[in-house]
Amino acid sequence: MMTKIILDDVSFTYPDGTTANENLSLDIPSGQRVAIIGQNGAGKTTAVKLMNGLLKPTAGEVHVGEWNTKDKTTAQLSRKVGYVFQNPDDQIFHNEVIDEVRFGPRNMGFDDEKIEDITNWAIDLCGISDYREENPYNMPYSMRKFVTIASVIAMDCDVIILDEPTAGQDKIGLALLGKMLKELEKLGKTVITITHDMEFVTEHFERIVVMANRRIIADGKASDIFYQEDILQESMLKPPAVAQMGALLGLPKGLLHKSELVAYLKEQYVNGEKVQ
Amino acid sequence: MTAIIQLENVSYRYPIGEEWVLKDVSLEIKKGSFVSIVGNNGSGKTTLCNILRGFIPHFHKGELEGAITLEGQDLSGFQLGQLGEKVGFVFQNPFIQISGVKDNVFGEIAYGLENLGVPVEEIYERVEEVLTLVNIQHLRDKNPFELSGGQRQRVALASIIVMEPDILVIDEPSSQLDPIGTEQVFEIIRLMKEKGKTIILVEHKMDLVAEYSDELIVLDQGKVLMQGPTRDVLADPLFRKANIQYPHVTEIALELQEMGVDLNFVPIRDSEITTCFKHNRGDV
Repeated sequence: MMTKIILDDVSFTYPDGTTANENLSLDIPSGQRVAIIGQNGAGKTTAVKLMNGLLKPTAGEVHVGEWNTKDKTTAQLSRKVGYVFQNPDDQIFHNEVIDEVRFGPRNMGFDDEKIEDITNWAIDLCGISDYREENPYNMPYSMRKFVTIASVIAMDCDVIILDEPTAGQDKIGLALLGKMLKELEKLGKTVITITHDMEFVTEHFERIVVMANRRIIADGKASDIFYQEDILQESMLKPPAVAQMGALLGLPKGLLHKSELVAYLKEQYVNGEKVQ
Repeated sequence: MTAIIQLENVSYRYPIGEEWVLKDVSLEIKKGSFVSIVGNNGSGKTTLCNILRGFIPHFHKGELEGAITLEGQDLSGFQLGQLGEKVGFVFQNPFIQISGVKDNVFGEIAYGLENLGVPVEEIYERVEEVLTLVNIQHLRDKNPFELSGGQRQRVALASIIVMEPDILVIDEPSSQLDPIGTEQVFEIIRLMKEKGKTIILVEHKMDLVAEYSDELIVLDQGKVLMQGPTRDVLADPLFRKANIQYPHVTEIALELQEMGVDLNFVPIRDSEITTCFKHNRGDV
């Protein structure tokens, strides 16, 4: 059940001649949580589509577990690597939430009991139990996104790719996503997430892959990446708010989490008195 | 400033809905102001936008109570087409805003002006100007359906601001954009405000909401929980009740205040972190 993902010097050019990815090399061990960040147009979505065979590399090789994606169909690959589309409307095609979520596990050939169990589990985990019989198109965009996430995690794939799950989410939706990531980690799933929400990244991801101009320009820990001027400049990323405030206060580098900043400031200003 | 839009005791439910989505909503939007509507998903933000742009009751039927006035006139007296010239609406989901009628970005942005019967030369001029303003000149010949989410979101915004409506209702214009792109969009919206437009924005990114908005309207379960100047609303303990994200700096300051740190004021912008606490570092 171990599905490692390896990109070995992968490039991809669309049929119209636009090159979207150049020389990507990446090694994602089974069960890891990885965030992919970078500007619009950096090549993030193309990179993840290469991982589940929606696209095949024009140079280099992509390995999913024992498989080379070149030798497998997208249908075969999608049993191992589930991809949640950026736009939920590209994905949804049933009239009821329950049917939409049940479709995947049924296609996987699970027995009836597993289909029901996993469908219910996915619906609960995505916080859409109140909408089981609802038409997904009557739901707000942000909730519709959770329908598409539920229908992919219900397939019980080893690897799950989320393309901008944080877009349009409120505080409650973000908390739900955080909880879901923990749950999937417990189950040993690999979760690869594309997002523009830097607070979400620092809160939930240890490993960050930064893309810019079709390439991977950094791969490492948040505390390193968000304090490296050259990476920030090349990728045109903004560090999370805590890092920006830390810089304004002249605090030591490496600060990322709200709790760290609060603790630091508390020391400085306990009960209105300055403590040296 | 005079009110450009007024709602008095407005309630609404969708045709097949059992529950009232908006309940007894009264609010006033001043001409030329930048107002953000904040609230969690399901609080009625998009429905309120649909009322402001006349989609309710012109397109969505259902039950609508109360009085809505635009520039002092009853909104139901306007035709939807007339409203389209006055109120520009940028959809939350850029994937559905694109008309599909034109096969390139230039044409897509010109489409609204063509429908208004604007002279061809003026159309060219205005579209060029907007392409530059929104920073999408390089996309002008591309097919709108082949663009990325972030690119489409810019095209969607451009296709509305080119029509220069007096009121812009903008539903999460930056949900698909990276942080720098998001800031650029906010800058464009600010420019629109400087041109005298009234801005009504729905947005979850509270750091930017706090930085740019004059006023906030806080919706909670279909009701207006609060309305007022941005800083007053965020400093009011009632805001916490709506369980909405605070701007990061505000959240941090309020947490420290609870721990006994005194504040000079409640900060709402990152830069205020250096001045909001009493006994600033460096003082004795």
